[in-house]
Amino acid sequence: MLTLNHFLILSFILFSIGVAGVLLRRNIIIVLMSLELIFNSVNISLAAFAYYLQSITGTVFVVFNITVAAAEVAIGLAILVAVYRTRKTVYVEELKDMRY
Amino acid sequence: MEQIFFYIFAIVAVASAIAVISVRNPVHSAMYLIVCFLQVAAIFILLRSPFLAAVQVFIYVGAVMVLFLFAVMVLDIGKESFGEHMHSQAIPAGITVLGLLAVVGWLISKGKITVPLGKYTEEVLTKNTEVVGKSLYTQFIFPFEVVSLLLLIALVGAIVLVMKEKGKGAGSTRP
Amino acid sequence: MDIWALLIIPLAAALIITFITRKHAELSSYVSVGAVILCFLIVLPYFLTMLGNPHMEHIEQSFLWIDIPGLMVEMGTIIDPLSLIMLFIVTFVGSLIHIYSRGYMHGDKGYARFFASLSLFIFSMLGIVLANNFIMIFVFWELVGLASYLLIGFYFEKPSAADAAKKAFLVNRIGDFGFILGIFVLYYATGTFNFVKMAHIIQAGQVDSGTLGLAALLIFCGAVGKSAQFPLHVWLPDAMEGPTPVSALIHAATMVAAGVYMLARTGFLYAAAPHEAMMVIAYIGGFTAFMAALLALGQNDIKKIIAYSTLSSLGYMVMSVGVGGTGAGMFYLMTHAFFKALLFLGAGSVIHACHTNNIWEMGKLYPKMKITGVTFILGSLAMMGIFPFSGFWSKDEILASTFFSGNYPLFAIGILTAMITAIFMTKLVTVTFFGEKRYHGHPHESPFGMTIPLMVLAVFAVFVGLAGFPGLDPNFGTFVAAVAGSTAAHAGEHGAHAEHHFSYFVAITSTIAVFIGIAIGWTIYSKKSIDNNAIAARFSGFHKALQNRLYIDHFYDRVLVAGIYNNIARVFNFIEVNIIIHFAINGIAYTTRQIGKGLRLTISGQLQHYAFAMVGGVLVLMVIYVLL
Repeated sequence: MLTLNHFLILSFILFSIGVAGVLLRRNIIIVLMSLELIFNSVNISLAAFAYYLQSITGTVFVVFNITVAAAEVAIGLAILVAVYRTRKTVYVEELKDMRY
Repeated sequence: MEQIFFYIFAIVAVASAIAVISVRNPVHSAMYLIVCFLQVAAIFILLRSPFLAAVQVFIYVGAVMVLFLFAVMVLDIGKESFGEHMHSQAIPAGITVLGLLAVVGWLISKGKITVPLGKYTEEVLTKNTEVVGKSLYTQFIFPFEVVSLLLLIALVGAIVLVMKEKGKGAGSTRP
Repeated sequence: MDIWALLIIPLAAALIITFITRKHAELSSYVSVGAVILCFLIVLPYFLTMLGNPHMEHIEQSFLWIDIPGLMVEMGTIIDPLSLIMLFIVTFVGSLIHIYSRGYMHGDKGYARFFASLSLFIFSMLGIVLANNFIMIFVFWELVGLASYLLIGFYFEKPSAADAAKKAFLVNRIGDFGFILGIFVLYYATGTFNFVKMAHIIQAGQVDSGTLGLAALLIFCGAVGKSAQFPLHVWLPDAMEGPTPVSALIHAATMVAAGVYMLARTGFLYAAAPHEAMMVIAYIGGFTAFMAALLALGQNDIKKIIAYSTLSSLGYMVMSVGVGGTGAGMFYLMTHAFFKALLFLGAGSVIHACHTNNIWEMGKLYPKMKITGVTFILGSLAMMGIFPFSGFWSKDEILASTFFSGNYPLFAIGILTAMITAIFMTKLVTVTFFGEKRYHGHPHESPFGMTIPLMVLAVFAVFVGLAGFPGLDPNFGTFVAAVAGSTAAHAGEHGAHAEHHFSYFVAITSTIAVFIGIAIGWTIYSKKSIDNNAIAARFSGFHKALQNRLYIDHFYDRVLVAGIYNNIARVFNFIEVNIIIHFAINGIAYTTRQIGKGLRLTISGQLQHYAFAMVGGVLVLMVIYVLL
C-alpha cells in the first residue's frame, strides 16, 4: 500500500542529492542540473500532497513550478554562456571576485 | 502491484540522480538526468496526474535537457580529471548533507502520515487534463498571466545576455 | 484675519531677507522697514476705534494647535485695549527705530542680517502681545529671547558682545524656568491655558490663595528675567554691546516691557493673589529701581547710564504692579517706551558722531548737534518727570498708587529714586552736551533718516503723558482697566482707583525731589562748585562699589559660576569624556569595527561556501527542532 510517506521520502532523497550536487561539484553546469533535481523533488512532493488532499491546486502549482524552472534554466544558461565568454571557465570556485 | 512499480521508479530515479552528480563527463550527467526526469514522470502517473507527466516529458526531457546539452556542446567542456570535479569543501559539505538527510528522513518517518492516498473521483482521473486546464484558465488566470509574462521576460533576457554587442563582436571576428 | 497678518508679515520679512535678498543690503532694509510699517498701519485703525470705544468687547481668534486627551493648546490672538496699546507702542516705536537703523547701521557688513533679526524680533514681540494663552505667550517669549540673542550678539566677532548675548540668553532662561513652572501650576489648578477662561475660573474663587500666590510668584520669575529685575538684572547693562538701535528697541521700548505687559495681561492673577506675594513683587521692583538708579550714578558710558535708568524704570513699573497699580505700570510703560527710545536713539546719534561711549570724551556737543541735543534734553526732562512732560504723569501715577495703597516705605524709595534719577540725568545732559569741549575730531549732526525719528519720538515723549491727564475721560486708566478677562465689577473698581490717583501732595513731593536732584547734579557737574572727584574720594569705598556694580556680577562670577557651575561642569566633563566618549561611543565603534574585520574573512566570494552555510544552518535548525 503506497502512502504519502513513500513519496515524501523519495522526494527528500532526491532533494538531498540535488543539494549535494550544488555543494560538491565545481562545474557550474552540473550545479544547474542539481538545481533542476531539487525542483523535481519539490514537484513530486507537491503532486503527492495534491493527490493526498484531493486538491487540484497542488497540480496547478506544479505546472507553474515547471514553467518557472524552464525560465530559470534559460536565464541561467544564458548567464553561463556570457560568463564563459569573458572568464573562459565553468568552475564556480574560480568565480570569486565578489569578496572583500 | 503499484508498490512494485513505485520502488522500481524510485530506485532508478535515485540511482540516476546520484550518477548525475558523481560522473565526470557533463554529457553523461545530462543523460542520467534525462533518465531521472523520466522516472519522475512515471511517479506523476502513479500520483494520478497524467497531465503533469506529459508536461514533465515535454518541458524537462524535451526543452530543458536539450538546452543543457546545447550549452555543454557550445562551451566545449570535456571530461574532468578525477578529483578536479569535486569542490574543495566536498567532505564537510557531504557530511552535512548526509546529516540533513538523516534528520529530516527521521522526521518524515516519525511524522506518521501513513494514511493511504486518497481517491480521485472517476471523472477527475479520466479528465485530468481537462480539469487542470479549466482551473488554470479560471481560478488561476492571474498567476497564469504573470507566469506567461515571466516566460517572455526570460526569453528576452536570455537573448540579451547572450547577444554580442555589435561593435565588439564585429571587432573581434573581423580584422 | 488681518490680525494674523501682524504675525505673518514680519516673519515673512525675516525669511525673505534671510533666503532671498540677503545679498542686497538696501533691498533687505526696505523689506524689513516696509513690514513693520505695514504692521503699524494694520494696528492703527484698531487702535483708533479703541480710543473711541474704551469699553470694547475683546476679540479672540484662535485655532486648535495641540489636541490630545488631557492637553488642549490653542494658537490664538486676543485684541483688547491692553494689547492694542502695546501693539501700538511696538509697531510705532519699532517703525521709527527701523527707519533710524537704516541710517545708523549704514555700511555695516551685517546690514541685511541686522534687519532680518529685527523683523524676527518684531514677529516674536507681536506674538507675545497677541497671545491669548500661556503656552503661546511662552513660545513667543522664548522667540524674543532668541531674537534678542541674535541682536545683542550682532557684533559676534567681539568677544564681549558674544559673551553679553550668551549672558542675556542664559540669565533669561533662569527666569523662564520659573515662568514655565508657574504655567504648569496654573494649568494644574484651572485646567486651561486661555487667559480669559482662566480669569473666570480664578475670579469665581475656585483656586485657593496659596496656589495662586505660588503661581503669581513663579510667573513673576519670568518677568524678573525678561524685565531685568533684581537679582536677574545683570544681563541688561551688558546687553548694551549690541548696536544702539537694538538697545532702543529691545531694552527700552519692547522686550523688557514684555515682562510688565505679561504681568498686566495676567492681572487677574495678581488681583487675586495674596497680599504677601504682591509685597514680594513690589519690594523687588522698588529695590531694583533704587539700586539701578544708584548704579547709574557710577557709570561713565552713555549707553550704560541709560541702561541703568531703564532698569530703574522697570523697577518702577514692577513696583506699581506689586502695589496693585497695574494701570499706572502700563501707563509708565507706554511713556517710558517713547522717551527711553528717544534717549537711546539720541545717544546713538551722539555715538555716531563722536565714535566713543564715554561721556567724559564728549562735552559741548550742543552747538554741533542741535536737533539731537534738543530732543535728547526733552527726553531727559520726560525721564526725570518734570511737569508737563509725559514722565511726570506716569511717574506720578505710580507714586500715587504706591502712596494710596499705604506702602509708605516704597513711596519713600520711589521719591528717592526720582531724585537720584534727576541727578544722573542732569549729569548725562550737562556732561554730554554742555561744559567744556572734550571731544576729538569733528562731530556733526546725523542724517535726516536718524533725526526725523528723534523728532517724532520727542513729540510723543512730551505729549503722550496727557493721555493720563486726570481730567480726561476716558483716560489711560480706563483703557487698561478694560483688559479682557476682568469682570465688569473688577473694571469698575480699577476705574474708581484710577480717579483717586492724582494728588497734589504726591505731585508736589515728587517735583520737589526732582528739582533737588537737578540742583545737586547741576552743582556737581556743571557749576563744579563741588568737585565730583572729591566726593568720589570721600566715599571711595561706595564709589568703587558703584563702579563695580555693587559686586553683584562679581558674586555671580565667583560663587555661582566658578564655585558651583564649574565644579558641576567638571563632573559632567569627566563623565562625558571617559564614559560617554571613550566607552560608549568609541567603544561601540571599535567593537563594531573589530567584529566587521572578523566577519569579513567569511566573505570568500565563493557561491558554494554561502550555499554550504545555508544548508548547514538548516541542519542546525532541524537538530534544534528535533532536540526540543
